[in-house]
Amino acid sequence: MTRVIAAIQAANDDGRAALVAYLPAGYPDMDTSLSCLRAAAEAGADVLEVGFPYSDPLMDGPTIQAASQVALDRGYTPADDFAMCAQLTEAVEIPTLLMTYYNLAWHYRGTSRLDDFAAEAVTAGLAGAILPDLPAEEGQEWSAVAAGHDLATVFLAAPTSPDERLAAVAERSTGWVYATSTLGVTGERQSLSSMAAPLVARLRGCTDKPVAVGIGVTSGEHAREVASFADGVIVGSAIVRAAGDGGPDAVASLVAELAAGCRR
Amino acid sequence: MSAAPTNPAPYSQSDSNLTNSAPAPYSTSKFGRFGGRFVPEALVAALDELAAAYDDASSDPAFQGRMRDLARHYGGRPTPLYFAQRLTEHAGPNAARIFLKREDLAHTGSHKLCNVLGQGLLTERMGKRRVIAETGAGQHGVATATIAALLGLDCVVYMGEEDTRRQRLNVVRMQLMGAEVVPVTSGTRTLKDAINEAMRDWVTNVESTHYLIGSVVGPHPFPVIVRDFVKVIGQEVRAELLETEGRLPGALVACVGGGSNAMGLFHPFIADEGVRLVGVEAGGEGLSGVRHSATLTGGSEGILHGARSFVLQDDFGQVRPTHSVSAGLDYPGVGPEHAWLADTGRAEYLAATDDEALEGFRLVCELEGIIPALEPAHAVLSALRLARELGPDQIVVLNLSGRGDKDVDEVSRLLAMTPAGQDLAAER
Repeated sequence: MTRVIAAIQAANDDGRAALVAYLPAGYPDMDTSLSCLRAAAEAGADVLEVGFPYSDPLMDGPTIQAASQVALDRGYTPADDFAMCAQLTEAVEIPTLLMTYYNLAWHYRGTSRLDDFAAEAVTAGLAGAILPDLPAEEGQEWSAVAAGHDLATVFLAAPTSPDERLAAVAERSTGWVYATSTLGVTGERQSLSSMAAPLVARLRGCTDKPVAVGIGVTSGEHAREVASFADGVIVGSAIVRAAGDGGPDAVASLVAELAAGCRR
Repeated sequence: MSAAPTNPAPYSQSDSNLTNSAPAPYSTSKFGRFGGRFVPEALVAALDELAAAYDDASSDPAFQGRMRDLARHYGGRPTPLYFAQRLTEHAGPNAARIFLKREDLAHTGSHKLCNVLGQGLLTERMGKRRVIAETGAGQHGVATATIAALLGLDCVVYMGEEDTRRQRLNVVRMQLMGAEVVPVTSGTRTLKDAINEAMRDWVTNVESTHYLIGSVVGPHPFPVIVRDFVKVIGQEVRAELLETEGRLPGALVACVGGGSNAMGLFHPFIADEGVRLVGVEAGGEGLSGVRHSATLTGGSEGILHGARSFVLQDDFGQVRPTHSVSAGLDYPGVGPEHAWLADTGRAEYLAATDDEALEGFRLVCELEGIIPALEPAHAVLSALRLARELGPDQIVVLNLSGRGDKDVDEVSRLLAMTPAGQDLAAER
């Protein structure tokens, strides 16, 4: 069992859905992003996702796009992002995954060697990776490398995925299975999509692995709704906005609200 | 240089993918090691649906008949293949004859209509009523707006804010035909960012919307579908030269941004080893710096917009800002089949600078009375050089992929700053 799955199961055994909190490295600057991630861990997150900003984030909505651009404009590279993760994983106990687009892994230090990227992730104390533009059938090369480094890989499942794809996505996921709640890019939403629960139900039909729901999960109320049918609740844009508006304190207060929502 | 490939249409697994009536979810399409589908999971089902619809349409005589009828009576195909006598004379006394494939005379003023017509009819076939598109120079956006008007589809075109300024005429053309033009203000505000924004729209509205991609780029099956719809360009050239000259050309020359007009010209000749295939990328201010868009000649392997190909990127995989005088070539990626043709050595790729493109533009205007788009203007000096290299018995075909009305403001602004422009201004 991977560290990631263990952390989710521990939360579930404690009577709650696991809370997965996302923040990009380097926003609004590298030190503050470290502080915000630590604040999220202390306020009740069970798993952290660190976004590595990419020049062409086509799965991301305005909030994460803008935050990524701030980090890129400051000149941070993925090497800087790894260095921050190394500090973070020294300071927090909970598993931390990186989330980025595949080209950053594939072209790390200009080598076209995924192995170097995976090795750096391990050195930085990371537990796994989420690569949202890498569907399962293109992910075999990465999955083999990740397995060799004992890194979990989380693949995405979508409301449009037919059942046979869901089965394969679940089989290849070695962390949780990431159910995207709706069709669309990352960003806050007024209400939770009605597509989320049926997708989780379909995944239950083909896997025993934990299923966490993300995209558009914004508030404690949304978290409560998702916690009623999923093993994990993933929140990104709302926490990113809090980090930009009020730094670590605002992150801590939102994460505490979300964590309360996750309690069943 | 490696030997010419034996299989002119390399998609390792896509043949079975495209001929199975049920889409195989785990098959991928590659040109050698290039291509694939690196997209969010939400889009995979739509790509399978598109591949199946395309396969179905390909074997439907009614679909093919409607395509041919519209291409001819609405689109103006076949386009002329014109012997450019004064340009040939300019190349030198012992130069090969230069022919221009007059895609500028097709409806909407560029080669883009053939792809858009095919994908528009596929959109209808899939029961979708909304199309979205990206555009750089605006030619693909205009073609998409045109077909949307013809077929009664809703149409949204994403265009980098910088390009809406450079190509204002095309913005107005799209609006006149009822399309909504959305200026994209993220990233570098050019074509790559317009593609990002179109992808975001598609991932949100995938059930009602077809993403009518405008070049031989993107995830499978787009590079195959677009290639198949534009290869009529090369098929017409091949048939006409065999009939009127009794021979194949010595070289084909075309500009390469994403690479659709070049692929359309090259593809029917890939198996003809004696025909040189020459793609000309946008060298901007020169390859020694970073202000260019020459992906194959100055980039490295990477993954962008759903496909593995060549990319202009830094040492950490961040995509670099690009520059070209022509908005249509100002793109940091290139179609995966071009990457494969370059990798195998079957096609040659080189770059022309902004200044060389402006010189080519001027020559075609003054010697032939044709105002070309800035994109094919990049290939003119290469055509002249190839004509000199090949000698008098040979034929060089230059794909004149679009007309230059859209570029007149930008060119007059730029030529005023160069010696050639001052000559031109003095003559006026």
